[in-house]
Amino acid sequence: MRYLEEFQDPALAQRLLADIRATVTRPWALMEVCGGQTHSIIRHGLDQLLPEEIELIHGPGCPVCVTPLEVIDKALEIAARPGVIFCSFGDMLRVPGSDRDLFQVKSAGGDVRVVYSPLDALRIAQDNPQRQVVFFGIGFETTAPPDAMTVHQASRLGIRNFSLLVSHVRVPPAIMALMESPTCRVQGFLAAGHVCSVMGTAEYPELAERYRVPIVVTGFEPLDILEGVRLAVRQLERGEAKVENAYPRAVREEGNPAARAMIEDVFEVTDRAWRGIGTIPGSGWQLSEKYREFDAERRFSVGGITTVEPAECRSGEVLQGLLKPHECGAFGTVCTPRTPLGATMVSSEGACAAYYLYRRLGTGAPAAAGGSAAVGSREVSSVG
Amino acid sequence: MCLAVPGKVLEIEERDGTRMAVVDFGGVVKDVCLEYLPDLEVGEYAIVHVGFALQKLDEESALRTLELFAEIGALQEEFGDPWVSAAEAAAGGEEQR
Amino acid sequence: MAELTDVESTAAPAPDFDGWSCPLPLRDQPRIVLGHGGGGVLSAELVQHVFAPAYGGPVLEQGGDAATVTLGGARLAFSTDSYVVRPLFFPGGSIGDLAVNGTVNDLAMAGARPAYLSCGFILEEGVETSVVARVAQAVGAAARAAGVEIATGDTKVVESGHGDGIYLNTAGIGLIPDGVDLRPQRARPGDVVIVSGEIGVHGVAVMSVREGLEFGADVRSDSAPLAGLVQAMLAVEPDLHVLRDPTRGGLAASLNEIAAAAGTGVVIRERAVPVPQLVANACAILGLDPFYVANEGKLVAFVPRESADAVLEAMRAHPQGVGAAVIGECVDEHHGMVVARTGLGGTRVVDLPIGEQLPRIC
Repeated sequence: MRYLEEFQDPALAQRLLADIRATVTRPWALMEVCGGQTHSIIRHGLDQLLPEEIELIHGPGCPVCVTPLEVIDKALEIAARPGVIFCSFGDMLRVPGSDRDLFQVKSAGGDVRVVYSPLDALRIAQDNPQRQVVFFGIGFETTAPPDAMTVHQASRLGIRNFSLLVSHVRVPPAIMALMESPTCRVQGFLAAGHVCSVMGTAEYPELAERYRVPIVVTGFEPLDILEGVRLAVRQLERGEAKVENAYPRAVREEGNPAARAMIEDVFEVTDRAWRGIGTIPGSGWQLSEKYREFDAERRFSVGGITTVEPAECRSGEVLQGLLKPHECGAFGTVCTPRTPLGATMVSSEGACAAYYLYRRLGTGAPAAAGGSAAVGSREVSSVG
Repeated sequence: MCLAVPGKVLEIEERDGTRMAVVDFGGVVKDVCLEYLPDLEVGEYAIVHVGFALQKLDEESALRTLELFAEIGALQEEFGDPWVSAAEAAAGGEEQR
Repeated sequence: MAELTDVESTAAPAPDFDGWSCPLPLRDQPRIVLGHGGGGVLSAELVQHVFAPAYGGPVLEQGGDAATVTLGGARLAFSTDSYVVRPLFFPGGSIGDLAVNGTVNDLAMAGARPAYLSCGFILEEGVETSVVARVAQAVGAAARAAGVEIATGDTKVVESGHGDGIYLNTAGIGLIPDGVDLRPQRARPGDVVIVSGEIGVHGVAVMSVREGLEFGADVRSDSAPLAGLVQAMLAVEPDLHVLRDPTRGGLAASLNEIAAAAGTGVVIRERAVPVPQLVANACAILGLDPFYVANEGKLVAFVPRESADAVLEAMRAHPQGVGAAVIGECVDEHHGMVVARTGLGGTRVVDLPIGEQLPRIC
């Protein structure tokens, strides 16, 4: 695919790596914010190619993983009701709630459907006027505009049997929450490229300045990620802390004004809980008053469902690089990839899940999972 | 988060009052909502996420970035970075095996 | 349900690392979910905790795609498979082709020459007779192409709403030539891993219909009988170690099953695995990994190093193996695991899928 494969070129990757090696003089801990970046790092084995001074801490940027238990329990309750068609992105179906997942609701008779786009759910609503069609609106600033547009279209076209179960989250408050922690080890951020495609970069200079951290807007292909690391390391070595754009082909300073306007019309900022981490003030969106009739929580009166996150989950500390996954008491016993407690075990790219997998490989530690990058990665790379 | 891929606009049309495009992803063709990029034209590239074009892909910028990467490499080559040579030798040996 | 509970209460202790590849979480699955048919961890658990204990018997423990049995002095391969694909017709094939080729290939993976198949139709009340006829035609044509005879059949009809139009079941038998011993347990360090051609085509062809993707160029299912290819391979190396057709769960599931059965590790070189550009692009859009996408006309072979070149040559000379390629090797490390060398020189674990692959957004 044009403008994708060019950014996977092995020869250019080696050149970026060489530049990083030539620049780095001491250990640095970087966090890639976005789950898509984590996926790419693991998919291409990038963590093992970086010099051992550079530690990548996997951030909280997988919307599927951070969706709080309570919202999932609400989704399960709604999806199980007769007459409901519950639509979701595929990766949400296997994420467990308190006692089951959407697959199990489906197997017990619920009409749960995987869609590729929220507009597909709207079409299903149009085709089934006598049924209630609910779309599970999860995701960061990237996925908010598609969901906002879908609600807007439902309103415009008068499709009253459609509603949205909203669990949208925002990146900047999460970065702030991480940095506010006095023990946070993150020294630089690779910001989420596609979030910035929508939102632009205006929110970041203030954060870079306040917390004295480089923030590099970074894409998702291997060369993009290496370039993000390269620029972040260069800033750190020079003692700088500014916002740089390593993904200029897809990110402009102003973002996408039309998409941002639609978000502001359809959503309003709210506090939101992150699975395994806790509530982060102002870190989420809910439907604005104007569109609240499309709020599935209201329509199905599930506001009363409250779920307490398991206290034994310490994924918040893992995310900050304070705790190695296996140092958590629940790790590998009550908390496994099949029975995850928190965000970092839910996704296969989460630090805890990656750690679990690489333990099987016999290396004792995965590359770049919560503070143990160097040893694990060297051993892994010797396998082939 | 946010799996999005670049695609090239083949056709643009209004459908139910919504601006839609037929977008080509290297031979795979899909309908995409263009409401957020009203100025995008046929032949241009966009970053597409869950059926929505979210940002125009700046082709010039993409090419400049690739050129920059190649230059970084050229600079390193003069120094004869041992890591690069070792890695390239390893990669070459791998291919032939 | 009572049986499931019994199984649970007698199952393994609390999960730990050593036990994790055969976990017990049936108690978390009081009902069957779609993933139990996905060819991954959930399918394996169902067999291990429900079917194997109920049936017992040494033949079942072989664990290959087809069982190998000795009857009246003859070594036979024996296999059955059911087909529930939707849509019934897709680019490059239909449920009828799949039902024949799937069972023919399961037999071929045991080294057998497939001879006779049974074919059972489970029809949903209301399905058009002409559709049934088209599928039957496809079954007949595929059987003739594969050189097997449909020797017996069955038809049942379920009430409207209780099926997806047509389900098929086929079973088959074939003779295994003397000296041939193909089993996943026989993979050994040093073996060369070969695939017979481009992977991921069938799964993407079927998904394109479901996900509303269109292809500028042709993406058609690769459904094809492989018995001829296998015989051509055995002609140059009768002592092939393992053959497997990577259907559900794709190449990743097959390699993991072999690594687990043989207690060896497998290393593959990602760049050496033939993935058509369109399959790669479709997977990029949907967030899928081609290694996990189903194939219906490909095989993966574990071949002794000494004869790898000859086997590869024989494969490439056969119409079903033109695109054959060496993709990796069997190693005496990370036992039971599959590891890929990435295009950039890194390493990643290619794990057994849990259920079926789903389009992802993140």
